[in-house]
Amino acid sequence: MDLFNAVIQVLDSTIRLSVPLLLACLAGLYSERAGIFDIGLEGKMLVGAFAGAAAASVFHSAYLGLGMAILISVAFALIHGFASITHRGNQIVSGVAINFIAAGSTIMLGQAWFQQGGRTPALASDERFGAIIWPGADALRGVPILGPIYSELISGHSVLVYVAFLAVPFTWWVLFRTRFGLRMRAVGENPAAVDTAGISVAWLRYRALICTGVLTGIAGAYLSMVQNGGFVKDMTAGKGYIALAALIFAKWKPVNAMFACLLFGFLDALSIRLQGTPLPVIGKVPVQLMQALPYILTVILLAGFIGKAIPPRAGGVPYVKER
Amino acid sequence: MAQAAIELIGINKSFGAVRANRDINLEIVRGTIHGIVGENGAGKSTLMSILYGFYQADSGEIRVGGQPASIKTPNDAIALGIGMVHQHFMLVDNFTVLENVILGAESDALLKKSIAKARSELERLEREYGLEVDPDAIIEELPVGLQQRVEILKALYRGAEILILDEPTGVLTPAEADHLFRILKQLKEQGKTIVLITHKLREIMAITDTVSVMRQGTMVATRETKKTTVEELAELMVGRRVLLRVEKGEAEAGGVKLAVKNLTVKDSRGVTMVDDISFDVRAGEIVGIAGVAGNGQSEMLEAISGIRRAVSGSVMLDGKPIDLTGAADPGELRDRGLAHVPEDRHHVGLVLAFEENENSILGYHDHPRYLRGPFLNIDAIRNDARDRIAKYDIRPADCRLKTANFSGGNQQKIVLAREMEQDPGVLIVGQPTRGVDVGAIEFIHKRLIAMRDQGKAVLVVSVELDEIRSLSDRILVMFAGRIVGERGPDATEGELGLLMAGVEQREAAE
Repeated sequence: MDLFNAVIQVLDSTIRLSVPLLLACLAGLYSERAGIFDIGLEGKMLVGAFAGAAAASVFHSAYLGLGMAILISVAFALIHGFASITHRGNQIVSGVAINFIAAGSTIMLGQAWFQQGGRTPALASDERFGAIIWPGADALRGVPILGPIYSELISGHSVLVYVAFLAVPFTWWVLFRTRFGLRMRAVGENPAAVDTAGISVAWLRYRALICTGVLTGIAGAYLSMVQNGGFVKDMTAGKGYIALAALIFAKWKPVNAMFACLLFGFLDALSIRLQGTPLPVIGKVPVQLMQALPYILTVILLAGFIGKAIPPRAGGVPYVKER
Repeated sequence: MAQAAIELIGINKSFGAVRANRDINLEIVRGTIHGIVGENGAGKSTLMSILYGFYQADSGEIRVGGQPASIKTPNDAIALGIGMVHQHFMLVDNFTVLENVILGAESDALLKKSIAKARSELERLEREYGLEVDPDAIIEELPVGLQQRVEILKALYRGAEILILDEPTGVLTPAEADHLFRILKQLKEQGKTIVLITHKLREIMAITDTVSVMRQGTMVATRETKKTTVEELAELMVGRRVLLRVEKGEAEAGGVKLAVKNLTVKDSRGVTMVDDISFDVRAGEIVGIAGVAGNGQSEMLEAISGIRRAVSGSVMLDGKPIDLTGAADPGELRDRGLAHVPEDRHHVGLVLAFEENENSILGYHDHPRYLRGPFLNIDAIRNDARDRIAKYDIRPADCRLKTANFSGGNQQKIVLAREMEQDPGVLIVGQPTRGVDVGAIEFIHKRLIAMRDQGKAVLVVSVELDEIRSLSDRILVMFAGRIVGERGPDATEGELGLLMAGVEQREAAE
């Protein structure tokens, strides 16, 4: 029974740790499917986290915080679009610039506004997204096996967790079942085909980036308003990059993205759980190895061991009408 | 007089300092096939892109069906019933046929309804015009001929009454081209208007009702096809009488320089592209390889020049074998006197972002004459580049200019000058005049013949039959990876054409 409880606990934290990855990964999926590489997921999550926590603590409202997180994150996505779509700049450079601006400006504004060393004030419980307890969760807790699964894994998460997992089928539906999705996939493969079909390449890509901004905003809000009770500097800690790795791992498909993020989240949860605990046979596993696993797996994938990952063909290339 | 489907009045368009279209007037009669011919860069594609709303004219007026029309985007053109089949297909390779057809013309925000609607409409169009293609096939798995059909279907699905085709036969086999022409004739019978842009005069004569000729951005003439000839059109295109054949004396063939024996080459998919071919090239002769593009010529060239692995066979250069494992050192082959002008100068022959003088020594950059210790001898390089610019009449005469800024013909001259000036014993040239204007063609042909007269062995591969006949002392015809015949320079076009179509091996192609 101890082992079972341990497994439930690891799976529970797997879910919690996967959520920001999943939101960021789906965010990247929108922009990369439209042909815009977005290495700035990290930065957009960070500004989202900051804006969310700051607004929530000033206005004492979790939902206003979420709204502000999305707003600011979308604004940064549009900056990326302005540089890389309108002005056909290098998408990697623009993304890296956004990451730097995000890292610097959040600390600076945090210090200027709240004087707590770049942090935002600790959020009160009504300024955060609390856990939603599903009906009967407490009553069923005692039931063996199914009880803990229902009450720990399914029930008891914040609304943003459910949003993240519902975003998976929704994204799939948008991508493969709607006109917008068809056009978005087309513009990531061959923008000239979209242009000659009489559709604006730029407007289509901007819309994809807005989707990206919304999702990174939610991811940021999750970090500072659910996982943590406030903003801490550099709190994204490379999650934007892991999300990009997951996106490649998932071959730019939404359902795969969910499994990739759950896998990476699981590795993360396991590394925390196993910290300092010796395993039979292997002995102590260094935490650093566990933390490096997502990257190692991605490199193995890219080397072609788990099948071929073919990115959208027009990715990273600004669209210029041919002469 | 029949009604005009399209009238263009006083169209002007400039790209920077280049005037692509000047004061163009053109009237296209409804229900006809109207050809537009001209050399590369004459402004044909620009004009049609203006008509399709891809570019905006600087000045001028477009009338569609007698009404003045403002065409600012492809959408406007589509709404006016103008459809375009681009030279490079505008298809999404990993989408199905159906998805490509509805892209941009979806009837509904949800795909399911749009696709259901499109499927029945597509089936109707396919039946009506003989354009069968599996609606659920993935584009990249279809041969080019079918991909082009999808482009035509795309236009028809959008209700096109006027169909513009830009160089439609460039990528097609002769059989596919014939099929395309049958489709176009059928479309005409159903009342559609067709505009056919091409530089192949034979196609114009075969299928059009009217033909307009463009030269250097201007519209120089419009003729009824029945009342004109290939010679007249060629003269109109170039602006002077064209020397289709360069003067040359008898060849004085010497010893064998290049001997190819039982060469077999497969492409990356494992398909046999070159099938057991053997031939010699002697000193002082030009051997021409004729054939429709895609019959193994490219693979053969790459194998001989050591770039592509051969499955079996041997190639002897001056009696010594060339490494055919695909790992040959091109530098070593150059030292042994084999110069290669590749078919695709943009990808293989030049670095377009480099200056002209840098490209003029590529591959020979470690020649002692261009080195000063471990450094490049910039003065020597530029002096040589200037000499060649003068000798080969490369324009503009500026060796510091970026190579991308030279025209196609001058880029080709840069590559030719580089390879010829090394005084090689064997010169292999792929498509010597592809994308080159007629004036430069004459010059390049003269240089190749001068090489021959100096006693070099020259191997020319070209898809232009006229070029092969004009240059070669011996003509080999390739079909489906084999050499199906050898003829002298006096072989008739008809005779070679039949060989190229593989007629000796198959039933009559026509």
